[in-house]
Amino acid sequence: MEIKADGKDGSLVLVKQGAEARVFESTFVGRRSIVKERFSKKYRHPSLDSKLTVKRLNAEARCMTKARRLGVCTPVLYAVDPILHTLTFEYVEGPSVKDVFLDFGSNGIVGERMDDIVVQIGNAIGKLHDGGLIHGDLTTSNMLIRDNTNQLVLIDFGLSFTSTLPEDKAVDLYVLERALLSMHSSCGNVMDRILAGYRKSSKQWSSTLNKLAEGANSPLHISAKEVESAPWLGDLERSSPHYGEAIPQIAWY
Amino acid sequence: MKKMIALGFEGSANKIGVGVVTLDGSILSNPRHTYITPPGHGFLPRETAQHHLQHILPLIKSALKTAQITPNDIDCLCYTKGPGMGAPLQVAAIVVRVLSQIWNKPIVAVNHCVAHIEMGRIVTGAVDPVVLYVSGGNTQVIAYSEGRYRIFGETIDIAVGNCLDRFARVLTLSNDPSPGYNIEQLAKKGEKFIDLPYVVKGMDVSFSGILSYIETTAEEKLKNNECTPADLCYSLQETLFAMLVEITERAMAHCDSKDVLIVGGVGCNERLQEMMRIMCSERGGNLFATDDRYCVDNGAMIAYTGLLAYASGMSTPLEESTFTQRFRTDEVLAIWREKQGSENVLVDTIV
Repeated sequence: MEIKADGKDGSLVLVKQGAEARVFESTFVGRRSIVKERFSKKYRHPSLDSKLTVKRLNAEARCMTKARRLGVCTPVLYAVDPILHTLTFEYVEGPSVKDVFLDFGSNGIVGERMDDIVVQIGNAIGKLHDGGLIHGDLTTSNMLIRDNTNQLVLIDFGLSFTSTLPEDKAVDLYVLERALLSMHSSCGNVMDRILAGYRKSSKQWSSTLNKLAEGANSPLHISAKEVESAPWLGDLERSSPHYGEAIPQIAWY
Repeated sequence: MKKMIALGFEGSANKIGVGVVTLDGSILSNPRHTYITPPGHGFLPRETAQHHLQHILPLIKSALKTAQITPNDIDCLCYTKGPGMGAPLQVAAIVVRVLSQIWNKPIVAVNHCVAHIEMGRIVTGAVDPVVLYVSGGNTQVIAYSEGRYRIFGETIDIAVGNCLDRFARVLTLSNDPSPGYNIEQLAKKGEKFIDLPYVVKGMDVSFSGILSYIETTAEEKLKNNECTPADLCYSLQETLFAMLVEITERAMAHCDSKDVLIVGGVGCNERLQEMMRIMCSERGGNLFATDDRYCVDNGAMIAYTGLLAYASGMSTPLEESTFTQRFRTDEVLAIWREKQGSENVLVDTIV
């Protein structure tokens, strides 16, 4: 558990400082690694502070490994240190999806690569959500593309939690949509293509996407599942071209 | 040219207050009276309304006398439209309607939460802070954006002040001057930190579970001499305030803002101010806070906010001078904020 056990190569180089944690680059038993340290908040009572820090450290480690169990690629977790409040995990070689998309924005889109990435993103989120895991901070900077294999790797499970509520899943997707709109509007409608991938991999896409549409549009609608069980709707509604699709709204009069 | 003067009436909870202010924010008078119940009891709407009815007329007379003005000097009458308890709100609303017709003055309906924010801003001089509004009825993290005060985080059940007040009832602490003040004083003697639930959900907080937990465990802990009432007050304050500082910090990171303004009754608490000050200094910002004269509900904050709206051309017709228990902060269009640059110029010309 002692992350600095290998002494000479355990040097830490600060990569990023956030509100709750610092991220360092280091080496772990000879491998290139990332160390994420949650630092203490001076305004909190010391025992409350250490309780919270350890709780959140454990939650992040659990969510990261749960994501792996659900078949979503995340960095390999090497060590958890509850005393120093650090997580040590694999250093993933490769650019972030944000960098790739920004590059597409300025140098033109490589269609094949784009298709591959959006399908992988939709797949990964679908698997997480079906397993009851919410990432909590889906942005393109929290997604990496591994060099050589082009495998998508999700990082930063600091805000993740478990939930099966369609609301929580929809909010997760909504956060991603906002992030895409603000950063990558030059890449075209990426979100729709991600949602297509999501729909393919998720078995519970219908209720989630209805909730997502509810947030974006009016609350006056019913989900596809409710349509199926609603006796007051005639065959006309059921046979409408939009039936079963999530985004077009079926109004509730 | 004479200064614009407003008379403000506040009666949304257990305090009834009448204030006289001018547009530059100087308070000419601000008397108030608090309905204090015996230890172990809270205030009920009906009795509170009766208390307000008894005191409002003497308060108006005293406010006018201290300010040395007559009804003729007043430009508008402002009152709390909501949010708050229905019966106490009704008292101020009715008095304002009557006075408006006797004195022939326009009415301005004011949102209680917005009034707290505007009062805090004029008293401290904070320009565009993230606002933590904490009182017995409200817990919100607010920032101004595009014409409105937007709520970034809030309580999903009871307010932080409600949680403290109800715990004071468990310990049968005095309600004079306020239960929260007595908890604060007792907490200063606390030494042992007792583990309590800590509930932050994104930028929202929840207090009802913490209250249930401490209510049920306090009796037994005290009986077994595991801790003192002071320890419980200390631990409760530390836990609740850490949650508030955490959501405020999240909102600051989100809005890219450095300054914080604390308003509302719980905002007088010096421990909360101290914790917030540490957090702000770590982020290179400043904390703006006021004392109980401005933090606690008062008539002047209603008068000042109403006057800001009135000076921007807003007033409430008699038929619409209603009150409501539910009135969210972001329902109000803060048109005076858009004219912020010209506000000072306006004051100069009027003076």
